[in-house]
Order: sequence, then structure tokens, then C-alpha cells
Amino acid sequence: MTVATRPTFDPLAEAIGALEGLSDLADLPELPLAGPERASAVDDAKKLKDILIIDYSGDLEKVWAALILASTSGAMGVRTRVFVTFWGLQVFVKDSVRITGQNWMQKMLSAMQRPGVSHRKLSKMNFLGMGPWMMGRLAKQYGVASPRELLEAAQALGVEFIPCQMTMDMFGLKASDMIEGMGEPAGAATVIGLMTENSIPLFI
Amino acid sequence: MPVIETSQTIDARGLSCPMPIVKTAQAVRTLASGAAVELLATDPGSTKDVAAWCRVTGHELLEQSVEGTVFRFVIRRK
Repeated sequence: MTVATRPTFDPLAEAIGALEGLSDLADLPELPLAGPERASAVDDAKKLKDILIIDYSGDLEKVWAALILASTSGAMGVRTRVFVTFWGLQVFVKDSVRITGQNWMQKMLSAMQRPGVSHRKLSKMNFLGMGPWMMGRLAKQYGVASPRELLEAAQALGVEFIPCQMTMDMFGLKASDMIEGMGEPAGAATVIGLMTENSIPLFI
Repeated sequence: MPVIETSQTIDARGLSCPMPIVKTAQAVRTLASGAAVELLATDPGSTKDVAAWCRVTGHELLEQSVEGTVFRFVIRRK
């Protein structure tokens, strides 16, 4: 006796069937991915996008992440720009500069949070500097480069750091307060312009 | 296995991400086209990262091996 069975929908079997169909692709010519001659052919065909990191935060862990990505991006031959704004701008003040600003409020703000890449605080678990100190110790122990080393590597690899003009003005920062090698100050329209053109933006 | 002449060795042993890549990029920039460099690293992530770096930059990963905790790569500048 035969029992009429309804064909059941089995998503797994469907997926496997679809994958098996793909095996035909193995007969296609190999993709030009390896080898120096092939690599240059790939370069001609693919234009890498630029990376645009907006470094907004001055917190140690976020600055660290931004500088890891910036130095890596530079190392990968990708044109990399870092737009530094608000608290992020404080990171790019020389470590040796203690008080910045022209008026008492600007000076007070720099006194409350010491500027410079080596003087960052953690957003959580700062505990009067105990947190950053432990992070620094752990980083050394595990061979993690410090934000300062990463910044120097990024600059050596051609990463461009663009200060925000508005933040410079608001905090009373002078070009001489900033580390060597900073780009020309620019504004939001520059950032949006890059985003609409060929840059992948990251806001950190 | 054919022996590939490498003009220099990048010692990134003990360094974490992204320094093996950063040091490789800095070293490869000084090479002539077609010259090879050896990279030693202990960061297990470097096996994926070196491949990604080569894919994006177009330099060639000629050799990859592991001996104990040390990963060895030979990279040729395009």
C-alpha cells in the first residue's frame, strides 16, 4: 500500500543542495589573488577605499583602539586620516604641555584633565590613575604597544592627523601646543566631504 | 623545500597586535621589489593578520610555518 506523502520543506537540505550547485564554480578559472604579477593586476582593478577615523573621545581605551586601527590601516597601505575633535584633540597636545588655553575656563579644563597622549584616563575603573597604571603594566607584559608608540608608528606610516578648528578655538589651543606633524585644521564639512567620497568612516 | 634568500629578519616575537604588522610594513617599505623578508612572531593572530595584510597590499606570502610558539613568515615585496 502506498501512502501519499506531502513533500516537506527541509531548509537544511535546500541549503546543501544550493551549495552543491556552487561546486560548478570550481571549474571557473582561478581568481587572480596570489603572485606578484597577479597582485599588480589586482591593484589596477581594485582601488582601495580610504579610512577616516573620527577620534572624538579622549578616554584611554578608546584612544588606544583608534590608534591601533589607524596604525594598522597605515601599515596596510590604505590612505588613512584621523580627524581629531573635542576630547580627542587633547590627545594630540604635546605631553610636555601642562596647561593650555587663553582664559581661565580653558586653563581650568586642561588642569582638570591633563592633555597629551601619555596622560589618558580610563572611562571606567580609573580609580585615581590605578586603572591606567595597571593597563600600562599589563600592556608591557603582553607586548601591547602604548598609545604613544602607536601614534609614532602611525605618523611614520603616513597617517594624517587633522585637528578640528572649532575645538582648537574653543579650548584655546595653539598650533605650538600640538605634536609635530599635525595636518592643517579643518571642519565638519571636510569630514562629511570625505565620507561622501571614498572614505570609510569610524567614530571613536 | 627551496630556500628563499631573505635580506633581513623582522623580530616581532613577544609583540601583540598590531605591532607585527606595523613592523612588517615598515620593513617591507625599505625592500627592493622582489626582495623577501622573514618575519618571526608569537602573536597567534598574526597567522590571519599577515595573510590579510598581504591580500590588501599585494605583497606575496611565500612561506608560513610554526615552530613551537613562533610563527615564521616569508614575504616578498611586489
